[in-house]
Amino acid sequence: MSGSAVSELLLSVDGVTVDYSGFKALDGFSMTLNRGETRVVIGPNGAGKSTLCDTIIGRVRPSEGRIVFKGEDIQNLPEQAIVGRGICRKFQAPGVLPTLSVRDNLALAARRDRRWWKSLGTGIPVEERAAVEEALEAVALTHRADVEAGTLAHGEKQWLEIAMVMATGAELLLLDEPTAGMGPAETSRTAQLILGLGDSRTVLVIDHDMSFVEQLAVPVTVMHQGKFLKQGSVAEVRADPEVASVYLGHAA
Amino acid sequence: MPDLSALTARFAPIKPILPWLLLTLALVAPFALSSYDLNLLARFMAMGILALGLVLIWGHGGILSLGQGVFFGLGGYAIAIHMKLADLPDGEIPDFMVWSGRESLPLWWEPFTSPLFTLAAIVIIPTLAGALFSWAVFHRRVGGTYFALITQALSLAFATLIISRQDVTGGFNGLTDFYSIFGVGLASPGTGSALYWVTLAVLCVAFIALRWLLASRFGILLRASRDGENRVRFLGYNPTPFKVAAFAIAAMLAGIGGALFTLHAGVVSPALIGVVPSIEMVVWVAIGGRYSLAGAIVGALLVNLARDAVSSAFPELWLYLMGALFIFVVTLLPRGLAGLAKGKAA
Repeated sequence: MSGSAVSELLLSVDGVTVDYSGFKALDGFSMTLNRGETRVVIGPNGAGKSTLCDTIIGRVRPSEGRIVFKGEDIQNLPEQAIVGRGICRKFQAPGVLPTLSVRDNLALAARRDRRWWKSLGTGIPVEERAAVEEALEAVALTHRADVEAGTLAHGEKQWLEIAMVMATGAELLLLDEPTAGMGPAETSRTAQLILGLGDSRTVLVIDHDMSFVEQLAVPVTVMHQGKFLKQGSVAEVRADPEVASVYLGHAA
Repeated sequence: MPDLSALTARFAPIKPILPWLLLTLALVAPFALSSYDLNLLARFMAMGILALGLVLIWGHGGILSLGQGVFFGLGGYAIAIHMKLADLPDGEIPDFMVWSGRESLPLWWEPFTSPLFTLAAIVIIPTLAGALFSWAVFHRRVGGTYFALITQALSLAFATLIISRQDVTGGFNGLTDFYSIFGVGLASPGTGSALYWVTLAVLCVAFIALRWLLASRFGILLRASRDGENRVRFLGYNPTPFKVAAFAIAAMLAGIGGALFTLHAGVVSPALIGVVPSIEMVVWVAIGGRYSLAGAIVGALLVNLARDAVSSAFPELWLYLMGALFIFVVTLLPRGLAGLAKGKAA
């Protein structure tokens, strides 16, 4: 985790600006993530948190700055190539595929060869099958594996999508508001799930539920108006007067 | 939603045997029907082949095409041109070309003299046209209603092109008066039922192949792209080639269906492939059930049967009736007749 002696840089967001015809959703924003780290990004609505995710996965292209993943500039790669490099995102509104079974959702995510002509068959390689079962167990959905994903409860959909992102084998997982719409019990389970992920993967979580952020107890980056504001432990960030004035002051 | 449970319950016992029942009926039809009725059935089955393609792209891919008539027409005109050439005495050109003042065959007609080229063209031209057209649209990430509108414009443009180039296409009247196919007289005894068997065989092969395709990972991915194209893209897939491949297969089936239809009907013309017929094709599938291969075949057969019955007695009534049927199905039975069999309205 963050305290490891050898910290190897995995992702670096370097002076990234995203300009929506005059409105700067990201304004020269920079941050770095080390391999194996779990980080939370918080900030008030409109701070640019989701735009940060959009920019890393190639959905939105920055007008300035670079995004470097494992030493390679990725800000101009096609979306599927970015996934291929090892970055996958869970969307804010659950993005599970409603008419497919839970298992098919995961099998789709676990697929390593994603070229269309390789899809003309029904067999699933052993390692992909194993990734599906592992993901099912991680989110405790094994008993629901054969139901249509659209019939899952809201919290279960969120977990399924986290499991899908896991099953892709991505090294960097972006989790955009994984606890949106969850009650306290579900939120705690989600925190445990995410902390479990962090052992072998790098995780970037976006949220603004402070009780959830406190349960995670990992380093926090604070954004404000598309800019980097502060970084530190939850307690440090909470105690910071500048953070309090833009965010915690009226939220907590 | 209407309560369909009673209707469904009554239908349930015959549901598993329905495909076999249909196949049995299709197998005995040549022995039970008059040659006129058999010809009619064969035409409708050729349309059923096209309908299967719509299940693939519309039902499972979420791609509504109002331009299937174009691909139907490409197959139909390919075989029609071949038959026009086959019936010609050496050195002559078709009569409509003479009337339009032409003195020689257009260059692009020449290869259709070859039966082999024609057979290949029936499959390859619609497939290629479908692939190129859909790639041009999908790779720009245009979809949904915009795609449907573009396909409608395509069918309008295609019909207009054919009508305007009367000297090489037969114009508004299309191509007709065929006498033989691959050396066999169309009027000779046995040809009608032989063509029926060919059509039934193609329909069965297409049905089985699409069933397999829809159950494969390709089918799963197609449904996934329909329901969440962005999710699929950000799982690392490029959805475009999946959609293009599906569209090309549907175009191929439309082309083969068009060629067989032309053989049975003895005519191909803009009136069979333009904007209105292209919409009708979607209506067959909406009524039969757009998610169900068997439903689409049944829809194509029933709607055309009804059309034949109604339009001979009250020709002006048919379009109103079809429109009403379409509205009824879309609002109350989104899964069509096949939804009744499944016990699902929505």
